Amino acid sequence: MKTVMRGVALAAATALALAACAAAPEESDTSSAGDTATDSTTAESIDYTACIVSDAGGFDDKSFNQLSYEGAKKAAEELGAQFREAQSDSETDFQPNLEAMVSEGCNTIVAVGFALSAATVESALANPEIGYVLVDDAADNDFNGEKDAENIKPLLYDTAQAAFLAGYLSAGYSQTGKVGTFGGQPYPTVTIFMDGFKQGVDYYNSVKGTSVEVVGWDGKDGSFTGGFEANDEAKSIAAGIIDQGVDVLLPVGGPIYQSARDAIADSGKDIAMLGVDADVYNTDPSVASLLLTSIMKNMDVSTYEAIMAAGEGNFDPTAYVGTLANDGVGIAPLHDFESKVDPALMTEVDQLKQDIIDGNVTVTSYLSGS
Amino acid sequence: MSAESPEPKEQAVAASDDTTAASTEPASSGGDRWREAYFRIISGGWAVSLGAVILAVLAGSLMIMVTDQGVQAALPYFFARPGDTFAAIGSAVGGAYAALFRGAVWDFRADDFAGAIRPFTQSLTMATPLIAAGLGVALGFRAGLFNIGGKGQMLVAAAAGGWVGFGVSMPFPLHMIVAIVAGVAAGAVWAGIAGVLKAFTGAHEVITTIMLNYVAFYLVSYMLATPGLLQAPGSSNPKTPPMQDTAVMPDLLGPRYNLHWGFVFALIAVAFVWWLLNRSKVGFEYRAVGENPDAARVAGINVPRTTVSVMLVAGGLVGLAGVTQVLGTVTTGFSYDIDAGIGFDAITVALLGGSQPIGVLFAAILFGAFKAGGSVMQAAENVPIEIVTVVQALIVLFIAAPPLVRAVFRLPQPGARWTRSSRKEVAA
Repeated sequence: MKTVMRGVALAAATALALAACAAAPEESDTSSAGDTATDSTTAESIDYTACIVSDAGGFDDKSFNQLSYEGAKKAAEELGAQFREAQSDSETDFQPNLEAMVSEGCNTIVAVGFALSAATVESALANPEIGYVLVDDAADNDFNGEKDAENIKPLLYDTAQAAFLAGYLSAGYSQTGKVGTFGGQPYPTVTIFMDGFKQGVDYYNSVKGTSVEVVGWDGKDGSFTGGFEANDEAKSIAAGIIDQGVDVLLPVGGPIYQSARDAIADSGKDIAMLGVDADVYNTDPSVASLLLTSIMKNMDVSTYEAIMAAGEGNFDPTAYVGTLANDGVGIAPLHDFESKVDPALMTEVDQLKQDIIDGNVTVTSYLSGS
Repeated sequence: MSAESPEPKEQAVAASDDTTAASTEPASSGGDRWREAYFRIISGGWAVSLGAVILAVLAGSLMIMVTDQGVQAALPYFFARPGDTFAAIGSAVGGAYAALFRGAVWDFRADDFAGAIRPFTQSLTMATPLIAAGLGVALGFRAGLFNIGGKGQMLVAAAAGGWVGFGVSMPFPLHMIVAIVAGVAAGAVWAGIAGVLKAFTGAHEVITTIMLNYVAFYLVSYMLATPGLLQAPGSSNPKTPPMQDTAVMPDLLGPRYNLHWGFVFALIAVAFVWWLLNRSKVGFEYRAVGENPDAARVAGINVPRTTVSVMLVAGGLVGLAGVTQVLGTVTTGFSYDIDAGIGFDAITVALLGGSQPIGVLFAAILFGAFKAGGSVMQAAENVPIEIVTVVQALIVLFIAAPPLVRAVFRLPQPGARWTRSSRKEVAA
């Protein structure tokens, strides 16, 4: 073991020697090379701390944790504020992480996901002077229709509106007259995509007199993989839907679109896919050529806005509901499919978006009533 | 630690001859090398445990150092101004461990004693399930059984205890006790399945316990997603309703601290396992079967029955960990990752504690402190929480690696002396 240690030490010393030939920076930041880099670089730093706690997905989940994180971080940087982050590995971490944030002097704490709802409410009731932003949950754990703590700002997304547009677009794009969808688990935040999608297809049928079918969601129940992993289960569900002759596929739930990609490749058919949450064309170029469009929840924007407002002293705890009208949800550009989609169809989609915003067309979801 | 005391070569060879001779004594020599290595690991003394923790913490500092932005900024001009690099390293590593200490033991920023001691109570809260589950795994070790099913046993225990906790109405102490009993029984049954399979069909408990983890996970996931079973009424999220107040384990030190009565139950479990292993006839049978099942059988011990009973008790202890999670730590309702990896951490805790009840207690408190401190370290210094996980993993590596590597590569096993003396001690 001594020999091993000596070897490690030697290797480390060599690495240091190789790395250590540059010149020292000239000017005056000699004192703070180690810790307080942020203090010296941001001239107009303010006395405000923004914090974020993830759920078990982590800040690199290419989904809501990551988007919220990016939004909060961007806001903190622009404000010149302190920024603290804590990842949770399991549900027993939620409460200690929120507590650690409270003791670090956070002014606003972003909690990501419905899983943190109960812990956030508890923390919010104990610390009324701190503002909380809860992503994707109404903070209503007793189901009485009102949030359980005054100082929580729920960020909700009426994704059904965007999915409606995507459904209309898919129905118009489909050659086979069949479009498909499947989800990870039947959570409200998942089924809202599938439901909006189906309503969009049905609307297309009623306007055009066609009979495009939706496979995988009948308005109440549908196909689910049972989890949010890109595994064989997800792939076989996707293959089962493809076998029914669909040529547009909407997989809803984290990375399961990767399984759908594999299933599409195996089928050898020309099938278009729809992304969810972010514009997947940008976040995962490996599926870019398959993407008709993406149904976006602009969590980064709304988190950013919530933190900016809070940093400027205007924290507003009223619930935010992302809609087409406030650009909280939307559909992504067609990118590679620009040439494959009839421009007339796109004009109709744009008109439909305006109709939904104006209230001429109604999309129903569990959020639309409020 | 054997690796740190190199013996002269002749002696090592003599020792290896000795070991070979000793290991060929029993009839079945195939699994014997593994058995040998396994006993070295589990009875590997305090020096190994302490050394492993120190080495792992040092390795952790190294990782904090190289991932720190301040260090990365100062390192390129190391020879021009080495002081900067050292200052950066000091501030990164010192800051991280100071935050860990502040989050785990003593909050030196707090105004009063009550606030300053709070992190320590938090560590004890985090340690509670680790103590119970660690005891379950350690008990299995002592009887020669490797229980990797802690996750599954905790999940079914949490489900059973949780269901009683929110779904049944009873007066206070009775409700809590019934919920605890339900959870402990569920954990015992779940581990007992593996015990029965091992005893009567010879199916290896490592395989069956791992497989039962999956069964438990998907079973609990299904129940969480099904209205009328575990899912909270009115919700479509996979989460249970909160526990009723009559089932919740009361706070041990008042509402300001999270520490609950589960910690006391875990301490009682430590005393129970100590008594069971060291003072009872049943415990003697456990250890005899663990040392050598063939000899135990010849001596008139019913090995299959002992195997089943070990797994029942071990599963009950792990079940207690599951129940303290849902009735003590997270009482607002739970989801399918309520086991929080404790089923696997318990293996580390049992190894670090040398499979002794008191050792498990201290190892669990150390790991509880890592967990509690990790949150603050992450929040205050932006040190990734994964560092703590890596340190824990390295502890296992350092404890397990020296003897295990020799067994795999058939290298001579130095230190056969303490093995035999420890056997004597066990037999005495």
